[in-house]
Amino acid sequence: MTTTTAPEEKAVAPSAGLNQQVRDYVERVRGGELGALPAVIGLIVLCTVFAILSPVFLSPVNFANLFTQGAGVTVIAMGLVFVLLLGEIDLSAGFASGVCAAFLGVLLTNEGWPWYASVLAAMVVGVVIGLIIGWLVAKLGIPSFVVTLAAFLAFQGVVLILLDEGTNISIRDSVILAIANENMYPWLGWALVVVGVLAYAGLQLLNNRRRAGRGLVTDPLSLIAVRVGALAVASGFAVYVLNLERSRNPGVISLTGVPVVVPIILVLLLVWTFVLRRTRFGRHIYAVGGNAEAARRAGINVDRIKISAFVICSFMASVGGIIAASRANSVDPNTGGSNVLLFAVGAAVIGGTSLFGGKGRALDAILGGAVVAVVINGMGLMGYSSSVKYVVTGAVLLLAAGVDALSRKRASASGRR
Amino acid sequence: MSTAPVLELRGIDKSFGPVQVLHDVAFSVYPGEVTALVGDNGAGKSTLVKCIGGIHPFDSGEYYFEGKQVHVSGPRDAASMGVEIVYQDLALCDNLDIVQNMFLGRERKRGLVLDEDTMEEMAAKTLLGLSVRTVKSLRQHVSSLSGGQRQTVAIAKAVLWNSKVVILDEPTAALGVAQTAQVLELVRRLADKGLAVVLISHNMNDVFAVSDRIAALYLGRMAAQVKTSDVTHSQIVELITAGRSGELGLQNGKEATA
Repeated sequence: MTTTTAPEEKAVAPSAGLNQQVRDYVERVRGGELGALPAVIGLIVLCTVFAILSPVFLSPVNFANLFTQGAGVTVIAMGLVFVLLLGEIDLSAGFASGVCAAFLGVLLTNEGWPWYASVLAAMVVGVVIGLIIGWLVAKLGIPSFVVTLAAFLAFQGVVLILLDEGTNISIRDSVILAIANENMYPWLGWALVVVGVLAYAGLQLLNNRRRAGRGLVTDPLSLIAVRVGALAVASGFAVYVLNLERSRNPGVISLTGVPVVVPIILVLLLVWTFVLRRTRFGRHIYAVGGNAEAARRAGINVDRIKISAFVICSFMASVGGIIAASRANSVDPNTGGSNVLLFAVGAAVIGGTSLFGGKGRALDAILGGAVVAVVINGMGLMGYSSSVKYVVTGAVLLLAAGVDALSRKRASASGRR
Repeated sequence: MSTAPVLELRGIDKSFGPVQVLHDVAFSVYPGEVTALVGDNGAGKSTLVKCIGGIHPFDSGEYYFEGKQVHVSGPRDAASMGVEIVYQDLALCDNLDIVQNMFLGRERKRGLVLDEDTMEEMAAKTLLGLSVRTVKSLRQHVSSLSGGQRQTVAIAKAVLWNSKVVILDEPTAALGVAQTAQVLELVRRLADKGLAVVLISHNMNDVFAVSDRIAALYLGRMAAQVKTSDVTHSQIVELITAGRSGELGLQNGKEATA
């Protein structure tokens, strides 16, 4: 047992330096709390390998492609994080996004609805799907695996029905198409970086001042500087590259700027991070995932939390479906199908969300989504057939789940569980 | 005894279907004292505690709190009166930190946002009040705590709410020697702060080390409720195993007063 007897009348030591923080972090990693480490290392390794094997990989046009390719999966993964946090699974999220995209296509193109009404309708469909699945899991007590497997099969059929047994509906609305195909003005990208970094730094410092004023433990300024610096460098670099000219023929058409999906994903990330970390609802999600019985005894309505998690998941699937429709310029029976779901689950798990519940963040979806996007993109560039892609993707998912299981084992061995 | 009991049960009967688990049980808990509740397996200790905590409704009998008769119909009622139960499995979430666990289900908010600072402050104050100085950080996950520290967090969670009665279900059952001593010390401190503590235990050493009174259940009947200083180790063992010990205990199924 670690015993620190503080000389002053405090239950804990007031502040720890940067060195101590680093040591604590290393200790946590060794104890099995890997956090974002596997995803970050994986990303660095994959990028290095692909950069060496395929010169196109590092080009600005491909860098921009990564964002639009990974966007749909990342958004679905972000929703899946909520379900995984409870130790449940949603296998239907992929085809749920397909159903929502089909609704969007039918309403937008066939029925001629305005884009906002169609988007709203698609999102409502997502929420309704989540309500039904969540109700079946929480109130009837059917295992989520079975409920969502059934939904997975049924939704394939629903998509076919909506698309008249398989016709392809093209999307022609300029607003919807802009989501995955247009870019922001370069200056807007820079403005976003500046505002984002300043806001982050401001929030951190403000939080520290408030806590210091109350005599609570604060983060050392050096750690805040490192965090803010890392954010500034990473976002600044990304925006710089994305603002480079990537058109093959700049004289005819100019192609610069941050893809429009990027700010959309960032807003979703901020909203869900806020919900998970700062609200009572988010706290209760973690509690139910960690120990449902303890949560129930603490007076938390476990059923309500479960249903909400499935609603959030299916809602995010609908957003993912809209992005997918925009990127493909059309909706077909395969939208949200094939390996979209596995990619999304893989993204969440690779990012550090546990399949056993209780551990995960919205950010995990982005980190894992980046890994998945790099794998798909890199292998595509190297000209592998889809057979190889399937095998590799399956292996990556298995690897991520293996790392999760091993880190959990390690954690229980070192008494961290 | 000069002080009145803070919690008093009279004539409690409780059956599960055809099985009557509690027969006409009377039980009093006094502020500033540790009352040990002992009895063999199946004597009805857990059922009695669950009746007190409002988890099981009892079939007949009277429940007095601070001298007034009350009707407890659920855990929320018991908690709002200031009766907290720390179960054997502690009911902590491993993936949350100490502060988050202590405020679970009763989080403080500032507008829409959780008020982490106030919660951390209150948690620190409570732990300090219990003279707990063994945790490294309040923001440590509960999974990284030792058994004794977890027990401490669970107890601190129970006293955070200005509770008046704290019931501990075998708090030392899974602990080593040093940690047991630590937890027993904490139990004593709770009583010295004026709380009424009920300690369920199978360990006679623990019972005699910290309790002021002992209540012995025998096959669903209250065999005797006595002052710890008036009885010996072996008398209590007899009360637990046979329901009577000389003048003490059940005489022909009737309870004799100590």
